[in-house]
Amino acid sequence: MHKDLLRLALGERAVRRHLALCLAAAVLAGLLVLAQAEILAGVLSGHLAISALVPLAAVVAVRAALGLVQGEAAGRTGTGVKSALRHRLLSRLRETGPARSGRRSGELVTLAGRGLDALDPYLTGYLPAAAVAAVVPIAVLARLFAADLASAAIVLVTLPLIPVFGALVGMHTKAVTERQWRALARLGGHFLDVVRGLPTLRAFGRARYQAEVIRRVADAHRAATMRTLRVAFLSSLVLELAASLSLALVAVPVGLRLLSGSLELPVALLVLLLAPEAYLPLRTMGNRFHAAMEGVAAADDAFSLLDGEAEDPARQDGSAPGARTTARPGPDGHAPPMSPSASPPTRPPSAGRRAGAAPEIRLENVTVRYPGRREAALEDVSLMIAPGERVALVGESGAGKSTLLHLLLGFVTPASGRVLIDGAELAGDDSWRGRLAFVPQRPHLFAASVADNIRLGSPAATADQVRAAAEAAHADGFVAALPGGYETVLGERGADLSAGQRQRIALARAFCRPSACLLLLDEPTARLDGRSESAIVAATRDLTAGRTAVIVAHRPAMIDLADRVIRMSGGRVVPAAVMSEGGR
Amino acid sequence: MSRVNRRLLLAAAAGAAAELAGLGLIGSAAWLITRAAGRPELAALSVAIVGVRAFATGKGVLRYGERLAGHDVALRAQATARERLYRALIPAGPPAHRGADLLSRMVDDTEAAQDLLVRCLLPAVAALATGLAAVVLALFALPAAAPALLAGLVTAGVLIPGVTAAAARRRSARIAPARAELAARVADLVHGAADLAAYGAGDRALAACAEADTRLAALERRRARAGATASGLGTLVQGATVSAVVLIATASGAGPVVTAVLTLTTLVSFEPVLPMAAAGERLTGVLAALRRLREVRAAPPAVTEPARPVPVPEGPPTVEIDNLVVRHGPDRPPALDGVSLTLTPGRRVALVGPSGAGKSTLLSALMRLVEPESGTIRLNGVEIGALSSDDVRRVMTGLTQDPYVFQTSLRDNLRLAGPEAGEHELAEAVRRARLERWVERTGWDTVLGEDGRTVSGGQLQRLALARALLNDPPVLLLDEPAESLDEETADALMADLLDATHGHTTLLVTHRLRGLEGVDEIVVLENGAVAQRGTHEELVRAPGYYRDLWRSEALTSGR
Repeated sequence: MHKDLLRLALGERAVRRHLALCLAAAVLAGLLVLAQAEILAGVLSGHLAISALVPLAAVVAVRAALGLVQGEAAGRTGTGVKSALRHRLLSRLRETGPARSGRRSGELVTLAGRGLDALDPYLTGYLPAAAVAAVVPIAVLARLFAADLASAAIVLVTLPLIPVFGALVGMHTKAVTERQWRALARLGGHFLDVVRGLPTLRAFGRARYQAEVIRRVADAHRAATMRTLRVAFLSSLVLELAASLSLALVAVPVGLRLLSGSLELPVALLVLLLAPEAYLPLRTMGNRFHAAMEGVAAADDAFSLLDGEAEDPARQDGSAPGARTTARPGPDGHAPPMSPSASPPTRPPSAGRRAGAAPEIRLENVTVRYPGRREAALEDVSLMIAPGERVALVGESGAGKSTLLHLLLGFVTPASGRVLIDGAELAGDDSWRGRLAFVPQRPHLFAASVADNIRLGSPAATADQVRAAAEAAHADGFVAALPGGYETVLGERGADLSAGQRQRIALARAFCRPSACLLLLDEPTARLDGRSESAIVAATRDLTAGRTAVIVAHRPAMIDLADRVIRMSGGRVVPAAVMSEGGR
Repeated sequence: MSRVNRRLLLAAAAGAAAELAGLGLIGSAAWLITRAAGRPELAALSVAIVGVRAFATGKGVLRYGERLAGHDVALRAQATARERLYRALIPAGPPAHRGADLLSRMVDDTEAAQDLLVRCLLPAVAALATGLAAVVLALFALPAAAPALLAGLVTAGVLIPGVTAAAARRRSARIAPARAELAARVADLVHGAADLAAYGAGDRALAACAEADTRLAALERRRARAGATASGLGTLVQGATVSAVVLIATASGAGPVVTAVLTLTTLVSFEPVLPMAAAGERLTGVLAALRRLREVRAAPPAVTEPARPVPVPEGPPTVEIDNLVVRHGPDRPPALDGVSLTLTPGRRVALVGPSGAGKSTLLSALMRLVEPESGTIRLNGVEIGALSSDDVRRVMTGLTQDPYVFQTSLRDNLRLAGPEAGEHELAEAVRRARLERWVERTGWDTVLGEDGRTVSGGQLQRLALARALLNDPPVLLLDEPAESLDEETADALMADLLDATHGHTTLLVTHRLRGLEGVDEIVVLENGAVAQRGTHEELVRAPGYYRDLWRSEALTSGR
């Protein structure tokens, strides 16, 4: 039984009730088989009148009804657990924040999507079967003891053979079987691997050769699997043999005792009908075991994702624990000189600034580290951006430009140092983010209408406001040309639009937030052709009017737009003096 | 008869025989007990006693045989399905049909071949055999009961599964979009995390996810209810049939022996028949998966292979591209719109331009991965469409877009580009790709890829470059060899590369201009057409994309 999963199921009141109902209905239906056997044995032996078929029909009807209840409750349990787990996974994702690298994001999407469906066989198949197996065989045994001691003794002796032999064979083959199941999963992985890498194989003329390899690997694997299965299936052979042979073991002596007159026919028939029912639940449980194990694996994945990240946020990017560095102590007391280009006279914190006014930004000796990386992403950075100033951040990739934006967004927090907004320490919460607009390097377009994509930051925006924002972002033209205009639903990950168009939708998002007083733009013209670039530069120029703007840029047109250029390198700000030596 | 078919038959026979043994066991046991109650001679029971024991043993052994044979057949069927899918995918296909998610789904679909046999076909054969045997037995023992039994079995084994399958088909038409909706919402939440957080829209996105989840859950609950209804109906039919048989037997004055044997065999004959409802539901999914696989196999390849390919022309390769037009879809603008270019032996040409300009499309056309709409590509005067595409790629290949790391050793990952290469050649390729330090650290036999060591973008790129250098084709194609490397490594790598390819016919796609002073010609592509061409010195003097990019590169890298 999966502890975490069970705790989750029992923790949700509705799920708990449905699970209890499901198990109760399953057990009750299992017990009703006793009543059914009783009546049938009575009728067949002539002990009961033919009118006893009426209660028999009633028992069958109740069993069918219980089956319905069980199915309904099982469905509710399954969907309830999956929904709860899905919700936890996605909430956890939000808690860890967007700064984490996306190594595990694909895994998470799959798991939170159809990966959790593997829980169904466990919750709705295996658990009820296990409950029935725990109760019904004992009830059958009790009834058999009351009816006929000798037969009951035979069943009592043979019944434990199933788990015992199953365990023996299981122990003997466990390692081999597990290895083989893993190999089977790997084989599937190998095939997927080869299919995904086909373009590479094709480029080097190895595609056809690999078809032979696939065949060979599959054949070798099948041969090995069959060798293991021959032993592994012995447990099911024992199960079947124990069940069928004990019926023979019960039936033959019963027949002989009937012959000698030491047993009545109704009892004999009851024994014959009941004996198989003692073994059936165990067989059912055994058959559902393998499918259920996949669900256990899915549950393990989900809980390791939940627990792992809760206990050890440093491992959120999937790096090995060994690679993690402990945070080094911050800067040692004395403040290094600020970069010359970024040191206008300090001003006292002005608490009374309105939210709508362009803010002043000041970084004091800020160091940012990502878990699992040796070098700091930002190292002792101090700079000051005046209200309404447009700053271009330039530098090679990995210089810390995006980290600086993420810092201002509140996605990452400094390991040491302070970020001051109008003199007050930055609170990276939604009320702060409500004051800014962000255009990322690769904006994500959501599977929603163009209009909803534009009003992401101000859901109350009217259609006219959305259109105005799109016009300002030079996006109105191509949006109007889309088949559904502003109501066109964008495909998965916004695949319908070109990079330049996506960029302009993201700019429209920023325009659609007139209250934003700080703009953060991350290379909005990277990977664009000349024409898209000039449209975006023009739009950006309009957007930055009257706002503080920090623009990561690398193309001249965008850089020319800025009041000041800050060069970064290796997580530090390069002083302007050094910069001028390089020249253009 | 093929070996697979023979094994399938064997598995089906074993499965049916196991169920028949079960029927025989209960029948002979019932006969034994009711007959013994009449106190006959012991000899009269001996056949039944032997029967009970034989059936009991047979059932277990046969079931074991069926499971072995069934798994063997299933594994073979799956291997065949996978091989057929793979062979269908070998010719380059339309890129829209080759997304990673789609490929995973296809691989999942090959499991359907296994399910069709193990979960649908074999159980159906066993159920059919058992049902037939029970009805035949009834015909001999008490003909009046046979129609009732037949009706019950047909209802439980044919009608209910048929209705279930039809309902499942209708339901999956609604569940599939709900599932896709949820997947899209989850993907939005995960991939758009930064956008959502920046605009404070995370709660709304989470709520949208929960809504999609609720809708899917409602549909899934309905499916569970339908499944439970089918199995409940099955129980009812079984009970009704047993009652009917008892009634008919009593009414027609059959003795206790016949009544008991018939009743109990009726009861047991439903055991393999009742699961057919679930099999019917599964069959819907299986058939859909098999249909999808058929569609993939039927999809026309992206390029037509010549019926009789001409041999590769001799001599150092000259490639002439003349007025090439390539379109990725009939209703899409051309990706290449009249590009002409000549590669003479030993000449190195660089292709630059913004993304979407058609640079990679040109390489795909050279590698015979896309069919041009018009224009020609000639290799030493022979149009490459007349050559087999494998031969074309033997002449022109190299580092392609989105290189792939296989889940195998570093050595094998490299070796696939040069199966005959010795240790020395491998080491040389690694050195030229500036990968030797990483290889030293990692080890030649370390397994790379998803399960093994993860490979960073820069390492992947250099591994792909090492492959291209090891393969050493007459015309070397390089698509963004310095992509995802840090500046310093990228500069060094490009310098090495330009050094190493000196005098080697090369077409280099790049967005970095540093080092391009050394190539013979630079072609600037914009919007699928040649915007500028010339040497580095000529291009930096002329206004345009190249000069802009050169200046911004100088600015951002601090030169």
